[in-house]
Order: sequence, then C-alpha cells, then structure tokens
Amino acid sequence: MGIETLLGDTVLTTKISEFVGWSRKYSLWPFPFATACCGIEYMSVLNSDFDLARFGAERPSFSPRQADLLVVLGTITYKMAPVLWQIYHSMSEPKWVISYGACASSGGMFRSYSVLQGIHLIIPVDIYVPGCPPRPEAFLDSLIKLQKKVAEESVVNPEYKAKADYLEKALGSTEYQISKNNTKQQ
Amino acid sequence: MEGARHLPGGVMRINIGPSHPATHGILQNIIDLDGETVLKAVPVIGFVHRTFEKMAESYTYNQFLNCTDRMNYVSAPMNNIAWTNAVEEMMGLTIPPRAQVVRTIINELSRITDHIICNGVLGVDVGAYTGLFYLYHYRELITNIQEKMTGARLTTTFTRVGGLEMDIYDGFADDVKEIIRSFPKILKDFEGLFIHNRIFIDRTKGVGAIDTATALSYGYTGPNLRATGYDYDVRKAYPYLVYDQVDFDIPVGVDGSAYDRFLVRNEEMHQSLRIIEQLIDNIPDGPFQLDDYHITLPPKMDVYTKMEELIYHFKIIMDGVIVPEGEFYSAAEVANGEIGFHIVSDGGKSPYRVHVRRPCFWYYQSFPELVEGGMLSDLIAVMSSLNVIAGELDG
Amino acid sequence: MRGLNSVLNIELKNHLVKMFPVRGFTVEENRGILVIQADASDLVNLMNFLKTDPLCDFNVLIDLTAVDYLHKRTQDKRFDVVYMLWSTATMQRIRVKVTVAEGLEVPTVSGIWKGANWPEREVFDLFGIVFSGHPVMERIVMPENFRGHPLRKDFPLEGRGEEYLIESIMIHPPDSGSGSK
Repeated sequence: MGIETLLGDTVLTTKISEFVGWSRKYSLWPFPFATACCGIEYMSVLNSDFDLARFGAERPSFSPRQADLLVVLGTITYKMAPVLWQIYHSMSEPKWVISYGACASSGGMFRSYSVLQGIHLIIPVDIYVPGCPPRPEAFLDSLIKLQKKVAEESVVNPEYKAKADYLEKALGSTEYQISKNNTKQQ
Repeated sequence: MEGARHLPGGVMRINIGPSHPATHGILQNIIDLDGETVLKAVPVIGFVHRTFEKMAESYTYNQFLNCTDRMNYVSAPMNNIAWTNAVEEMMGLTIPPRAQVVRTIINELSRITDHIICNGVLGVDVGAYTGLFYLYHYRELITNIQEKMTGARLTTTFTRVGGLEMDIYDGFADDVKEIIRSFPKILKDFEGLFIHNRIFIDRTKGVGAIDTATALSYGYTGPNLRATGYDYDVRKAYPYLVYDQVDFDIPVGVDGSAYDRFLVRNEEMHQSLRIIEQLIDNIPDGPFQLDDYHITLPPKMDVYTKMEELIYHFKIIMDGVIVPEGEFYSAAEVANGEIGFHIVSDGGKSPYRVHVRRPCFWYYQSFPELVEGGMLSDLIAVMSSLNVIAGELDG
Repeated sequence: MRGLNSVLNIELKNHLVKMFPVRGFTVEENRGILVIQADASDLVNLMNFLKTDPLCDFNVLIDLTAVDYLHKRTQDKRFDVVYMLWSTATMQRIRVKVTVAEGLEVPTVSGIWKGANWPEREVFDLFGIVFSGHPVMERIVMPENFRGHPLRKDFPLEGRGEEYLIESIMIHPPDSGSGSK
C-alpha cells in the first residue's frame, strides 16, 4: 500500500497483512459481468435461498471503479471481449477475477467462430469454476477459496504488482506469435 | 425555452451498456438526449452470438436440445419442448398421452418461472426490490422439480424426440401440488405491491405504448402483442400437446404499454396454474416414449441382454433420429411469444439447416419507435417490460 | 405447420396462378403449406399483392431467413431466401421462396413490413446476400471488422482464426487447437 513496503517483512507488517486480508476477504464487492445463463444462477445466489449476504458480498457494484471482484458469468464473444478488457482495466487495485462457468473458462460447448475460448486470453484469472451452469453452491465454494487467497496476500509484496508486470509484458511484447491461419477472404 | 438542440453544445449522445445493470443481459443502446428526453435510440446487438444455427448442422436432432436450452435460458424446458415438437411434427409422429401431459405441465411451470423473472425484474428496474425476493423462492422450487426430473437446474435438455427421456419421479405430483397450493397467495402479495401502487403506475402506465397494427407489422407475438389487445396465442390458434383439452383464458391488455404487459404476464401466471391444476391429477398411465426403436432408446435391461435392442441403441446414439427430406416450419408458444423452427433436412443424421425464429429478435426492432420522444427513465422501464433475453436475441 | 386449411390452399393456388402468369413462378403444396417459388425481380409486387389482396390477406411477416445449397445445386441457384407469411384473418400461412446466385441482390420488403429490417440485416451478415433499398445494410450480430459470412457452407464452424478481432488486447497466446486447424 504505502510506507509499510519500506519496512520489509517484519512482525509488524505480517500482522498488518493479516488484518488487511481479514477485512478484505469479508467485504468483497463483486461486479457481476453477467452475459448469459450463468448470470441467472448468480441471481439465485443473491436471493434468499443461497444467500450471498452472509459472506459480505451482497452489494453488487455495477460501476467497476467501486468493485474489487470481477465475476465473469457467461459466454464471452469476440464482440464482447474489448468491453470485458475495458472493465477489467477500469477497476482499481486490488482486484480479483472469478471465471464462472465453462464458457468463461474455456469457451464451453461453443467451439465456434464467434466465442472467445476462455477469458484467460485477455485478463488474468484467479479462480475457475467448472459447470454449465455451476450450481450456486459452487459459486459460494469458489468465493470461500478466493477468500483464502485474499487473506494470504502480503502488503509488502502485493500480488497486483506481479500481475501488472505480467500484463505490461504481455500487451507490449511481440514474443509470441498469434497463430494466423490461412484467413482467406470471402 | 427550446431545449438543448439550440444550445452550442447541442444534443448529448450517451451509451447505455452493453454491460449495464438495467439491461436484461447484454444490450447496447446509443441514445441522443435533449435534457431527459430521448431523441434517437439505436440498439446494437450481437454481443452474445453463440452460433446455434451453425452448430445445428453438425449435431444430431437430439443433440440440438443442448442448444435450445441456452437460447432462452430463463425458461429452458419450453424451448426443448418446442424443438422436439417441431421434429416430431416433421416426422409425423404422435407421442403417447403420458408424455404429452407431462410435457404440458413442465411447459407451464417453465412459463411461470419466466414471468417471475420478467415481472420481478421489472419491479427491480423501477426501484422496487421486494417483489423479486418474494417470488424468487418459487422459481427455486420449480428449478428443484426440474432438477429432480432431468438432473439440471437450468439447462435441462428435457425430452427427446419421441417422448420423454425417462419417466417422472415418485413424488412429482406432490411437489407440483405444493406449488399450486402455496403460490397463489404469494402472487397475491406480489400483486398487492404493484398493481395499485401509485409510483409503479406512474412509471409504467402509458409508457412504451404501441397499437396492434404497428405491432403486427413488426412481427410481435406473445405477451407484448396480447398487451395491445390482440389475442393471438399459438396454444389456441394452432393447438399442440394437450392444449386443446384444457380450459384456459388468454389475457389481453388495452394499449400495449409497460403496465399492460406487466398485467398480462401476471394473469398468464394464474392461467398457467389453472392449466396445471387440471392436469396434475390425471396424468395418464402408459409408456413415456414411442415404441419405435428407430427413434427412441430401448430399455436398458433389453440393451444388455438382447441383440436387436443393442443394435438399435448403437444406431440411435451414433446416428440419431433420421428425419425425411424436406423443409418444415413449426411454431410453439414460449414465454416471449411464438418460437418457430424452420428445419431443412436432407435425409442425413444432422439437419441441413435450422433457423430459429426467435420472438425477441422481431419485437426488439421496434425499440426505437417505443422510446423516442419519451424520457430516459421510461426507456429503462420499456426495455425491462419487453423482456428481451440476450441469449435468445442471439446477441 | 399444423392446423392449416387445405381447402383454402387450393383456392389460393388457383387464384395466384391466375394473377401471376409469369415464367418461373410456381405454386405448390408441400406438407400442408403452400410454397410459392418467385423471382427476385418481381418480389415487391408479389408481396404487396399477398398483403393487400382480399382473398390472400397475408398481413404479417412471421419469418425471414436464407438457406445455402452450395453442394446441392448449381452455382446460379445457390441461395434460397425464405419468407413465411401469416394471415390474421384466416390463420393461414404460406411460404415464399426466392432463389438467388451469389453476388445478386434481392429487393427489400422492409417498406411493406417494418419487421423485415433486422432479419434482412441478419441474412446479409451471415450469408452475404445484399437487399437493395434497405435503409441500413450493415452487420448486426457479428463485429464490424469480421471477415467472411459465417453461415455459408464453406465457412467452418470453428472459424478461420478470429484472433485478429482481439489482437490488441490478447495477453496469452491462443491455446493449442483454438481457431481453425
């Protein structure tokens, strides 16, 4: 965050990390990026049968500036991919991404000309949830796993620095080749 | 005061969506505003185009049920039933009465879940969250029934060509009767929150009104058309399953506004309960699928012990159902209107071409005409009351 | 389609054959529904007639689509544009088919029925058939910079490598096997 990075890894900063992790994990504000069927299962999670409020995450934020958890719910197409990228980069640090469902994780059953085969191609993902659509209990399970991950983050060496470096390198570099196949024009 | 058009800055162009809380899914609208008045609205669609029609050309007729699930994902069994109905009509099959009655019951339960979401979320979009929370528990009860019937809560892949894929479970009738017994009271509470509510009436009465002639010119069907006063329902006009043997009314509105659409969907939920009530005690005994093993799978014990049944099983799993060559169009009534399947078959194991006539696609075209001249908050109410499901709109 | 009136079909067939004695115009019954094979040059006249004539009275356009018969027919008859019309007075339905070759245009019917606007755009987007006279002849479901017309039979389901659409935002090379082979 700030000055504590100068102190290095001491008992003071580990205690601060624990406290910050504890407060972050029980108040994650999700941004539900609902595109398709998984969005309806998210509605089930929000409502009283599967109650997301007991995890402190019931305030869905529809402005990316105010959210810290991006939940991608549903199929992402090539037309929607720039929108998702823009929203991810509008969120401020620290931020995490849950890729909910088969379509967001890998394109799902749609191996076709318009569906992005997994959102990891454009944004870094923390938790993948398999299912088509995954049960609401799977969402809660993934949230608990994410809470463990959030709690272990250190304030001295925060994760977001590593992610930011990775993103800068990936977007700026030309080390990998996009597999351009024979794109014959119609 | 002439409005912003004459100011140096002029008219403001804003963008709603595609990722927006008030849109039912991914819909983008680029609107020109003069203060709060909408001058021009241009909808942009295609953000969740999932290529169902192309995938159909490499699937068998039963495998396409996976695609129909995901079209109108709020009420998936209705699309499944519409598809198997279309294929059976094309082949000239009549399925056993037990399968027809169970399909009708699940069809109506699914219609109720769709209207729960549409009406509940219309309340949320104009600012009233409580209605959705009251009703959502009943959607959970119905998805529990779907899960016990088919194994999945939402993407059910219900029925196969030739009948159901398995018989109903013990306790099906009790679960459904529990819903019929307890849902009307909750629906009455929900109505009490909205129907005579001054704020709700001000937000939705007269908003997005359309007359029948324009609606028919756009190809409206379903509750949006019935709200304009024209009583077209595929269940009455071209009856299928057992709809010609049950008693039910078709609610119609007056001016096609958001308020009338809300009331029409609300009354349709009551009518669906009425249909289920007439059928649930009289599910006929008998087979749940056709006895022709060229079309349906034989019982598992026979597959393990007899030769011909093993061969039939193999042929159906590998090749699926073979539909005679030709072109056919069949329609059914889903929650949003008339869904049509235009199937072109060349006698092979996959359809040559499947076109889905999606109701949302046809009535969402009229969106600019409904909102131009109105206020920005009316635009939100109109979008919500039209019930546009992005998966069905194909983006 | 179930529930159609076959007696009315015969009346309509006789009436239409009398009113349009042009070469290439055929009317026949197929699985209970009347199918008109019309010509692209004559289409708007025919549609206006079907909508306004008191015996026909097909006032609603219920469906508009296209079919690609690439390997099944000769090149000059590749696409079939299919219209489904519905009469609210008699509850009768009818199908009109127009055969076009690749590159030829079909006149638009969006002046007759407002609801033909987006379906014609969709047919243009997915098949490449241009409708002349259409107010907005642009892509509707695919992104604007998409190359090709996906629903044609020579376009593979998995696409031809669509990474150019997300080139500037991709952070991970596509997984092996993604895109076309």
